[in-house]
Amino acid sequence: MDILLAISIMALGAVVLGALLGFAAIKFKVEGDPLVEKIEAILPQTQCGQCGFPGCKPYAEAIVNGEEINKCPPGGAEGVQRLADLLGREVKPLDAEEKPKQVAIIDENTCIGCTLCIQACPVDAIVGAAKQMHTIIAPQCTGCELCLPPCPVECIRMEVIPETIDNWKWKYPVVEIKAAA
Amino acid sequence: MFAPAPFLLKDVSVSQVMIQVCVALIPGIAAYASLVGPAILVQLVIATLAALIAEAVMLKVRGKPLALFLTDGSAIVTAWLIALTFPPLAPWWLVVTGTVFAIVVAKQLYGGLGQNPFNPAMVAFAICIVAFPALMSQWPSVGLQLSLIEQMNIILGWAPRVDALSGATPLDAMKTALKLGDGSFDVATLLANQDIYGNFAGRGWEWVAAGYLLGGLWLWHRKLITWHVPLAFIASLTLVSGALWLYNPAQFASPLFHILSGGAMLGAFFIATDPVSGCTTPRGKLIFGAGCGLLAYIIRVFGGYPDGVAFAVLLMNLSAPVIDLLTQPPVFGMKDKA
Amino acid sequence: MLMNLFKFKGGVKPPSNKLQSNHLPIAQAPMPSRLVVPLHQSIGGTPRPVVEAGDKVLKGQVIGNADGWISAAVHAPTSGTVLEVAMHIRPHPSGLDSLCVVIEPDGKDKWITRTPIDHKAVPPADVFHHLQQCGIVGLGGAGFPAHGKLTPTKGVPMDELIINGAECEPFITCDDLLMRERAEEVVRGIALFRDLLQPKTVIIGIEDNKPEAIAAMRAAVDAQKEPFSVVAVPTLYPAGGAKQLIRVLTGKEVPGSMRSTADMGVQVFNVGTAYSAWRAIAHGEPLISRILTITGNVHAPRNYEVLIGTPMGELLALAQPHPDTDGILMGGPMMGFLVPNPQVPVVKTTNCLIAHDDRLFPPKAPEMPCIRCGACARACPHELQPFEMYWFSRAKNFGKTQEYNIFDCIECGCCSYVCPSRIPLVQYFRFAKSEIWAREREKNASDQAKTRFEFKQLREEREKADKAEKLAKAAAAQAAKKAAEAAAAAAESSASPTPDAPTAPLVAATTDAPSATVTPENDAKRATIEAAMARAKAQREAVQPKNTESLTAEQQKVAAEIEARRVTAHLIEPEPAAPAPTSEKPE
Ligand code: SF4
Ligand code: SF4
Ligand code: SF4
Ligand code: SF4
Repeated sequence: MDILLAISIMALGAVVLGALLGFAAIKFKVEGDPLVEKIEAILPQTQCGQCGFPGCKPYAEAIVNGEEINKCPPGGAEGVQRLADLLGREVKPLDAEEKPKQVAIIDENTCIGCTLCIQACPVDAIVGAAKQMHTIIAPQCTGCELCLPPCPVECIRMEVIPETIDNWKWKYPVVEIKAAA
Repeated sequence: MFAPAPFLLKDVSVSQVMIQVCVALIPGIAAYASLVGPAILVQLVIATLAALIAEAVMLKVRGKPLALFLTDGSAIVTAWLIALTFPPLAPWWLVVTGTVFAIVVAKQLYGGLGQNPFNPAMVAFAICIVAFPALMSQWPSVGLQLSLIEQMNIILGWAPRVDALSGATPLDAMKTALKLGDGSFDVATLLANQDIYGNFAGRGWEWVAAGYLLGGLWLWHRKLITWHVPLAFIASLTLVSGALWLYNPAQFASPLFHILSGGAMLGAFFIATDPVSGCTTPRGKLIFGAGCGLLAYIIRVFGGYPDGVAFAVLLMNLSAPVIDLLTQPPVFGMKDKA
Repeated sequence: MLMNLFKFKGGVKPPSNKLQSNHLPIAQAPMPSRLVVPLHQSIGGTPRPVVEAGDKVLKGQVIGNADGWISAAVHAPTSGTVLEVAMHIRPHPSGLDSLCVVIEPDGKDKWITRTPIDHKAVPPADVFHHLQQCGIVGLGGAGFPAHGKLTPTKGVPMDELIINGAECEPFITCDDLLMRERAEEVVRGIALFRDLLQPKTVIIGIEDNKPEAIAAMRAAVDAQKEPFSVVAVPTLYPAGGAKQLIRVLTGKEVPGSMRSTADMGVQVFNVGTAYSAWRAIAHGEPLISRILTITGNVHAPRNYEVLIGTPMGELLALAQPHPDTDGILMGGPMMGFLVPNPQVPVVKTTNCLIAHDDRLFPPKAPEMPCIRCGACARACPHELQPFEMYWFSRAKNFGKTQEYNIFDCIECGCCSYVCPSRIPLVQYFRFAKSEIWAREREKNASDQAKTRFEFKQLREEREKADKAEKLAKAAAAQAAKKAAEAAAAAAESSASPTPDAPTAPLVAATTDAPSATVTPENDAKRATIEAAMARAKAQREAVQPKNTESLTAEQQKVAAEIEARRVTAHLIEPEPAAPAPTSEKPE
């Protein structure tokens, strides 16, 4: 009798807890895959496709599914490092050359207004209308270089963003301890 | 490359700090030497040499600048603390083993100066007392008057380790006696045995402790240590020993005895105040010091080892990061919000 | 003075080195051969240049207009000709250039017409505007436009107005001399600030190592019968930090996160700011010169009144630097920096030039590991844990540095000063802070890029969907038409009198033209799928730049045509018109 009672109490408890957990799972369901979002937060959102995926989100999804973490050149070595920290994976050298951040500039004398670059720009950073001169909104430009190939007159070039007083950074202090002679 | 501000720097350096710590140890060493004989000076030399050589080798291996780190003096402080906590007539190889272990394993393998989570000297003490319990408990009997030559022969192993060596520290002797537990001894009768116990804490030991206290106060005056750790250490030791002493004065020695004997004073001012392995926040230091005092008492009275300071400090080293994290002081302007 | 002073924790006492330069009166620096006036001299928007090369300017004429509310105008320091408006090196630790107006003095030093105003007679808004037009900014440190700080904060009554004459940095004596020699005008300036801010009390804090300045200020306050208290504060660096001075004089602690001290009912102004504000109001003089200490490794250290824009090298020569001088330090030795070269001009916030040499400022000993001695934490006036921040800055673990309140650090340098391991702690903190800022900028940019990208995708999808819908509709219409035709045909051919004949056309209709009833939907679905596939393909192609050749075949023709037209119209040289896919790009 006692045993039965004990068992039924345990069973009841199990049912109640199970129901609670199930309810909580529905109620507090996390929308989407938080890991993909976390990875996306690290990716630079340049949307350049250099990783071999059409944009940063697809690459983030691919990383979750086991893709290497060292394929995003705009993210640089630091991006790889942060992805490795997030995912607990090994740090790998970047699978490409690291470039300084750049911005695209249209040579406005040459532009024929064909609008091809507008279609290529992933972030709508180019303004212009058919047969009219186009120009790039520099602060919106991610430096993805996707507008370069479509331009029939090759009037778009990339320029390294120059260091100014506003974006200047203090350098990492030189560690002065030299190795023993 | 532009040199960064500030362009003025106070005239301080790590080696200055370490040298001052050594200077502060001198009164204690003097008292100690007059108590147990000049052997202790020999031990200091042996430990210092061993520490410097071990440090040099390790720096070389790790590719660090020799001149810079050998002169920082931290190895010397470690060596001196080892020499002062080991039995004064311990064989030379024991001291060397302890020192080398302290420098190589407890310090350099963790990354060298500033990176060691445990106090190297105390690691050495703990390792040696576990590995060589007999040798580490052999203290010269008080009143054993040996010449420097005789002492050196013992240390260097050229003379047999005579029975006179197998004495114990007053602390150990008292514990052993009380541990017999048949009630045949009590604190009063033991202390009446003036041979070992002296007036308060064993003949001569109170002078050693006073020497350390003097040096410690000087360090505090020089602002090289803060009052938190020593005060908390001594206060907590006083409190627990006092409470138990009031409860049963026959079985438990007085607070004065505890403060002045063994490594309490050395620990409070020179070992527990080691900044690298200790706490850094003011409240953290209080907790750290109090913990050391409490654990030292528990281990020395109820544990199996002659003194508990080393283990107490190591245990508190272990918890120092957590204590620091939990005792972060509020920053300027945030006091009422914290 | 019967005043209850408070203490701030930490602080250091570096050798003050003020006696060298404070025994001589302020001298007028000679007119330099060339003035280089940077446009950006204060916090906030960079003033827009309103002159061009070749323009003649008068002394005090506006050459840069304030850009926005938090910004202040910039003026020609003397009369002469504008040589150029160009990028020149600016006194900033980066050594980078910024836009400057270069003026060649004509030697006449001819003023524009100056318009004093009566601040009691006009509304405060006019006074603020006048101060902004006169380019009055804080002369103590960062150079915050004064009118911005004088605007009362809504909802917080102003309790104390604090005038900062502490001048806690070693070597600097310009405020000391200003108070000694021009106390009267300083006090009038303070009264002006008082009238604008309406505080309950006004306290002038001066470090007790300047007894002459304290006496002069007291005398001036008494002479003008103002209820200001002049308080000697203990000499302890950084007592002149705004938040430290507030703490010492009022006991209030303004948290590091609070942007403006006005939120706590306190406002702090430098004595120099009060002086120049008064000159602007009473004489209509804009801020075109300032008092500056020249000291350090020189024969004749002294304070000079100097035109903004004077090259620092020329000034230093006045004090006859010793030959072993190897650099110029702008600001004090605790928070200043070595200027990149002697051509750098004096700006509104330049309070001191120190000739640098190895005797006064010995080269730093090598950095050792932190021994966690806690000296830095005891010295930090903001009660931070510098060694923890150092540890995490060094490891570039910036999140952790923020947990240890790195943004509360005022970069005063006390921690570096006391560190026995000679760790350039402040340098690490600056590095960490600017990294964190850069990351924030990058994060914002990438967030923006992301939303824009997603929006573009959405828009493309919508366009495709619209197209697909149109296609589907057309297909459905066609199918319906077909079905109707088929049905009609079936009806016609159902002449056979079999009883089960009626089923045949039905079957035929359903099998023959499945789209008749069910499929418009189906078709639409297929169209969407196709559209999606096309999109995927397009995207795939988009990442492979090869596609462009095939894609642009037609377009290239168009382009070539347009190009040809443009060439004929002599719009461009014909050379870059060739749409060859070579990688040569127009410069
Ligand atoms: S390579 Fe380009 S598209 Fe791919 S993740 Fe990096 S920034 Fe995004
Ligand atoms: S692709 Fe080239 S030519 Fe065409 S609009 Fe863009 S910049 Fe002008
Ligand atoms: S520089 Fe920053 S961390 Fe260092 S003492 Fe000053 S406020 Fe504190
Ligand atoms: S003063 Fe220097 S050595 Fe001491 S704790 Fe601070 S950073 Fe470390």
